[in-house]
Amino acid sequence: MESSTVIWSLISYFLIGLAYFAALAFALGMLGKLFGYLRTPMPWPEVTTPAPTTEGGAVLRVLGDVTLFPNLFKADKWLWVGAWLFHVGLAAILFRHLRYFTYPVPSLVLYMEPVALFFGYLFGAAALFLFWRRMALPRTLYISNIPDYIALALMGGIATTGILVSTWAKVYLVDVKAFVLGLLTFDPVMPPQHPLFVIHFTLVLLLLIYFPSSKLLHAGGILLSPSRNTPYQVQTPGKRHVNPWDKPLR
Amino acid sequence: MAKFDETPIIKDPAIEGILAPPALREHIASGVRCWPSKEKDTEKINLPASLVPDWQNKAIEKFAELLDKNQALRVYMDICVRCGACTDKCQFYLGTGDPQNFPVARAELMRKVYRRYFTTGGRNVPGLNDAADFDEEMLHQWYTYFYQCSECRRCSVFCPYGIDTAEITMAAREIMSSIGVSTKYVTEVVAKVYDTGNNLGIPAPAWIDNCQFLEEDIQEETGLPIRFPVDDYGADILLVPPSADNFANTDTMIAYGKLFYKLGIRWTTSTYCNEGGNFGLFLNYENLKKVNRRIIDAARMLNVKTILWGECGHAWRGAILTPTLNGPMDMFDPPYPYHIHQLLVKLLRQGVFKGQLDKSANDHYVVTYHDPCNTARAGQLLDEPREVLGYCVNNFIEMPRDTIRENTYCCGAGGGLLTDELMPIRMAGGKARALAVKHTQANFLSTICAICKAQLPDSMKYWDVPVEVGGVLQLFTNALKY
Repeated sequence: MESSTVIWSLISYFLIGLAYFAALAFALGMLGKLFGYLRTPMPWPEVTTPAPTTEGGAVLRVLGDVTLFPNLFKADKWLWVGAWLFHVGLAAILFRHLRYFTYPVPSLVLYMEPVALFFGYLFGAAALFLFWRRMALPRTLYISNIPDYIALALMGGIATTGILVSTWAKVYLVDVKAFVLGLLTFDPVMPPQHPLFVIHFTLVLLLLIYFPSSKLLHAGGILLSPSRNTPYQVQTPGKRHVNPWDKPLR
Repeated sequence: MAKFDETPIIKDPAIEGILAPPALREHIASGVRCWPSKEKDTEKINLPASLVPDWQNKAIEKFAELLDKNQALRVYMDICVRCGACTDKCQFYLGTGDPQNFPVARAELMRKVYRRYFTTGGRNVPGLNDAADFDEEMLHQWYTYFYQCSECRRCSVFCPYGIDTAEITMAAREIMSSIGVSTKYVTEVVAKVYDTGNNLGIPAPAWIDNCQFLEEDIQEETGLPIRFPVDDYGADILLVPPSADNFANTDTMIAYGKLFYKLGIRWTTSTYCNEGGNFGLFLNYENLKKVNRRIIDAARMLNVKTILWGECGHAWRGAILTPTLNGPMDMFDPPYPYHIHQLLVKLLRQGVFKGQLDKSANDHYVVTYHDPCNTARAGQLLDEPREVLGYCVNNFIEMPRDTIRENTYCCGAGGGLLTDELMPIRMAGGKARALAVKHTQANFLSTICAICKAQLPDSMKYWDVPVEVGGVLQLFTNALKY
């Protein structure tokens, strides 16, 4: 047996093992965090006003936060531009990756194929801008810590290798899809023998493992911020906020 | 007080009253700290008097307890991405240049400890996860910087996730107070409430005296038999003013009297509870609840129909928590909790004062309005005071949009900071507000909070802004014809 074959089969087993481990770690980690957030009550109505006075209004407020980042827009226009493009690019890329997971591929995913790379570059450019801003502004440099750089480095590495396997050293789509579908159907096959793809895939798995214990939790946490998702109903009859752990005074 | 940026604001390059972020000067404000609490106070409010044995473990236990009791704290410990949107929004950073007064840096003091004791990564590899022990140095930082936060929530308005530093500061202070670390000012005030019913420690006879003195004074001045009833059993309304209105801001107290006289409403104050401002907010849940309970008890003792909260920011913050803290208020006439300006707006819209308001009585004033942080960002009272001013003032000018309504700057002394030893922080924190007032060239700064009314005259003088400070209700009763 050739030594390169041995190395590739070792890499394969490692990658397949890591994939299942990462999926499990991500799922359990996220469930644990989510359960922790949801079982914790809010002892008082914690609303930042002016606030909507109905549940529907509060839902709209959170939807607005998730899609348009209005608070960020108020706070810092350049940061808003960078952050919004970053997230739009990320969402488009994630959506486009459905072509590696699904069969048949949704037609919308295929329609966006001509502009797919544009979103890749957009995401990369926005990430670079945010990184530059973090380093260049004394205020953000002061508050940045190692986890901030870890998250940016992982994202940057994923974006770079992702763009490279789509342009400079193209990976064979059918191989990727066979590998991913194999993982998903618990019938793993060999990954494409393409070093850049292996790096790209490994970084994604590391990100998944890192996700539940990192600041990336803002992805779900934004829905659970009491100051934003609570309607102001202090004077609304029948809407008394009850604190479940409170005991009557002696 | 020469430590901070003393640039006179008139020469400031800032436009529209918005301060440009100053250069970073790390820990420049670290020397300004509150006096520690005294045993005579802490024993009355069920807190340890000094650092307890095994305080590190006790603090972490308390931290764990709060994480299980407060969803906001649990979520906000995890989701900050340190984007920096809040860094130039806190008036205490803008005034001092100390980056530890960035809302995010303040919260990170707590998050470092959270990560060290409550996350897998931080427990095992603290260096990689920016986690830190809760040691003496950290406790010192907590004591310094969580008492340079006025719990005003301005940062939460600019945070993409609405992370509310007030929740974090409140939790940090609760943890500290449980291990015997609290400030003299806050504990003294809470203890005074249990002794005398109010924050200033005015005993019942003095309160009654003050009210009689006011009655005589007004009789002489106006000839009207305006009364300030105390402990009037069976009155329609129990007014819960900040006690400072009876003592320092008597113009506001007189305004309550004039208003109720005009309306012919039978009202009263209570000597059991003549205070709305709840300093339990700055200490811990137990005292928050106990202090607030006194309002309900006083109302029941006097068998009033309903409770009305006066011009006080922290009182209104306590008021909106009342149904949660102290049970349903359905023994009182709705709506509840009810603010005096909400009542006033309702009456004005009904036309009760039609033809009886003479706006020109306030014509010697150019009036601007300072939103107290708690009425604006915690209590939804943004339009009511402005509507009242619209009925009683001809010359009204708003401060720049970034400094009013939900974007309002704290006066610089809320959240338990209105104490002399913090004067450098208070004046630095008041700079942003002073700049915005100066921009309007107004000569009357109206507001609806007793702490603002105590801080603003000092900070306006310090920053050389020639302006009179007073209540909205005071302007209203100026314009009222009898």
